[in-house]
Amino acid sequence: MDNEVVKLRDVKRHYSVGGETVRALDGVSFTIRRGEYWAIMGPSGSGKSTLLNILGCLDRPTSGEYWLNGVNVAQMEDDELSDHRLKNLGFVFQSFHLIPQLTVLENIEMPMFYLGVPQAERTRRAKTLAERVEMDHRLQHLPSELSGGQRQRVAVARALANDPAVLLADEPTGNLDSKTSVQIMQLFQELYEQGKTVIVVTHEPDIDAYAHSHIVVKDGRILTCTV
Amino acid sequence: MYRLKQSLSFYWPFIRLGATDVWRHKTRSFLTMLGMVFGVGSVIAMLAVGEGASHQALESIKRLGSQNIMVSSVKPTSEDGPTAQQSARLAVYGLLYDDETRIRETVPGVEKTVPARMVRRNARYNERQLELRVVETVPSWFEVVPRPILAGRILNEGDMSSRANVCVLTEFGVRKLLAAEEVLGQHVRLGSGVFEVVGIVKNESGGSVRAPDSEADAYIPMPTGSNLFGVANSRPISGGIESERVELSQIIVKMTGTDVVEAGAKAVEAVLKRFHKKADFKIDVPLSLLREAEKTKRTYNIVLGAIAGISLLVGGIGIMNIMLASVTERTKEIGIRRAVGARKSRIVVQFLINTCVLSIGGGLAGLVVGVAIPIAITFFTAMPTVIQPYSMLLAFGISVGVGIVFGLYPALRAASLDPIEALRHE
Repeated sequence: MDNEVVKLRDVKRHYSVGGETVRALDGVSFTIRRGEYWAIMGPSGSGKSTLLNILGCLDRPTSGEYWLNGVNVAQMEDDELSDHRLKNLGFVFQSFHLIPQLTVLENIEMPMFYLGVPQAERTRRAKTLAERVEMDHRLQHLPSELSGGQRQRVAVARALANDPAVLLADEPTGNLDSKTSVQIMQLFQELYEQGKTVIVVTHEPDIDAYAHSHIVVKDGRILTCTV
Repeated sequence: MYRLKQSLSFYWPFIRLGATDVWRHKTRSFLTMLGMVFGVGSVIAMLAVGEGASHQALESIKRLGSQNIMVSSVKPTSEDGPTAQQSARLAVYGLLYDDETRIRETVPGVEKTVPARMVRRNARYNERQLELRVVETVPSWFEVVPRPILAGRILNEGDMSSRANVCVLTEFGVRKLLAAEEVLGQHVRLGSGVFEVVGIVKNESGGSVRAPDSEADAYIPMPTGSNLFGVANSRPISGGIESERVELSQIIVKMTGTDVVEAGAKAVEAVLKRFHKKADFKIDVPLSLLREAEKTKRTYNIVLGAIAGISLLVGGIGIMNIMLASVTERTKEIGIRRAVGARKSRIVVQFLINTCVLSIGGGLAGLVVGVAIPIAITFFTAMPTVIQPYSMLLAFGISVGVGIVFGLYPALRAASLDPIEALRHE
């Protein structure tokens, strides 16, 4: 039981748009254990993004249970959800989402800032993380001075800054060429090998291939789930 | 103390974050601050100018003594009867020694009364001449109209009983008449008498209100004066000589405290009215004048404050506008921070501090402007200005207040953004 990092039980997410109910997620259940590498696949409009938002504690399910690291976060208030994001989750986005005014170092430090890590400790840890993604030679650069692959490395370092239980990646190679895509996916592979729980959302079969377990979502339901 | 330190160490990173946000957009921040600079600047400058304008008036009223009631003789107006202009006959009016006694004995709360006769006379020293106001009075004049003694002594009881020919001059008169020579012990001619200068007192010049002392006064003992000059006073006017008989020019009534001054003034008026058929006296109560002047000043300050307040409002709205634009511009950043795990309140604090850094920065710059403007005004126009220390504190408080009030809405708006939407924003 302790190994269950993510557990969804009959999660539904319904929107009401112009009086009509859209069933973005219509009863999704699965369990992810610590140290597993999952890929979530599905065409656009399948409910894949909604699932990611719920997994990432950015959205709340209409009904159902979501156990994250042993706590049911399904109906939590905004502040508590924020705290869960801060402590348990690391995000990697398709378009990197680095803060343009901050340097590489400051971007990596950012989650620790909200965790209340003291400045000196923050800088030390950020430097270690930058080394891990091989970006320690660009610490004082702004994101705009980096290539796409470099930015995504910085984003990965930031996602690791809070030592999260789950690393959530949303189309992490969507904006990268195939060569740098491979490099980024190798980085995820390394993290997986070091024991991180990784969830990658993608629609590219190449990327899907890196994962060990696969979920295919369609029309708000799980089409296939292979462990 | 511990709690303060705790909360400071919690907020310090946010303050730094807010400050660096401001620094990153230097030009914009500077332009945004301008509104605050001139808003705060005008508050301080206006208060300083207003204070300067009323300061002089208030000071000269205060010099009259807030415990005093000034009763002066005035020539009755022509409707009341024949005036001196009609012929060379003697005009008799004004206050009497009896009035002084009546006031002292019947009005409750009187500490002392000081009689004085004031006549303009020519003063001569060698070949130098100057028209002085000769004040025939008693030693206690110097108690109710206290002035620093610059040299020598003031009149005393000995001068009174011996009817000594001594005088006390004011600083200004001394400078005009005796120039730089040794002053004490010199003899000056006042009208028909020769007087030894025994003392010099300081006096304030240029008071706009009827002060008991004027620029060039010579104080002589009352008995000496009446002995020498009598109580009738003649001076040449066009077409004849105007003669008038005024026993006392002024009675200064000192009350035991400021709380009985206004009742005392009414009582004095009642006493005098019983014995004076004509309106040949006038009562001034410095305390009432002071209150009046202070009331005027308050009104003045409110008007100025309102104008300055409007400019602060404009400054605040300017800041709010920029902050709203900034929130829109930084939507994505807000989304990222929220996704990473920043609570809404952290976003509020970040933007609020950002605004406060702007408004306080502007406020501090405004402080400099607000101090510089009155100094410049005084320098170029010689108009007095008084920079109020409290106005600087006020300005700082206002800038913090404006920052919070006008920063709150943009900050709340930033925090209320949906992180998912915010992340999608381009």
